[in-house]
Amino acid sequence: MTSPVFDRIAEIIAENSEVPREKITPQAHVINDLGIDSLDFLDIVFAIDKAFGIKVPVEAWTQEVNAGKAPAEQYFVMGNLAQRIEELVAAKGAA
Amino acid sequence: MRLEYFQMVDRVVELGPDSISVASTVPMESPVFEGHFPGHPILPGVLMVETMAQTGGWLLLALNGLTRMPFLSKVGEAKFRGFVTPGAELTVGAKLVHDGSGYAVVEARIESAGKRVADAEITYRVMPFPAPELEQMMRDTARRIGLPGQA
Repeated sequence: MTSPVFDRIAEIIAENSEVPREKITPQAHVINDLGIDSLDFLDIVFAIDKAFGIKVPVEAWTQEVNAGKAPAEQYFVMGNLAQRIEELVAAKGAA
Repeated sequence: MRLEYFQMVDRVVELGPDSISVASTVPMESPVFEGHFPGHPILPGVLMVETMAQTGGWLLLALNGLTRMPFLSKVGEAKFRGFVTPGAELTVGAKLVHDGSGYAVVEARIESAGKRVADAEITYRVMPFPAPELEQMMRDTARRIGLPGQA
């Protein structure tokens, strides 16, 4: 059972890449498993920003990963990505 | 405009909180027109895209205070609605659609004699300047075209 947020993100990825929807599981790594390249990822983030009315902090996430402060899985494995988006949506609602 | 140097923006006419308008005059003569096309010189569509991309880029540079450089990463829905001939006076506008994390999206259009001749949705990666020479050139160009806020 996946969350509505996960399902929406998976739909967005399927619409903006050549990855079939059924391959997009909570365990899938967006880059390593789904093979999303950086330009497709830009489209996907734009679509997520629009769909949820948020600004996914990709730069901050990338800096954390590059600095060794966070594992890439924390942000780029689908289940975790959906959780991060849910947190951003909740933070927006609380603001 | 100096087509051979990719100088597509002559001057900034107006800068708003999320939009920009610039003016550019297509040169009467350029080697570009010798090939594009003999007897029927017109501004190539790819240079119209470049003109819109630079205009949107100046909007983003103005908004970030020339601290980060926008690089063209995607051109969506580009339409070329009319011929642009030597000597044409162009008004180019860009409006911010979305300011994302490390990227931005604008809608841009070119008008000539009050008529829209091209439009596109343009996406940029926005990142720190990768070279001091580039940053300096952008600052010099900002002054030349009269980007507000540039002493």
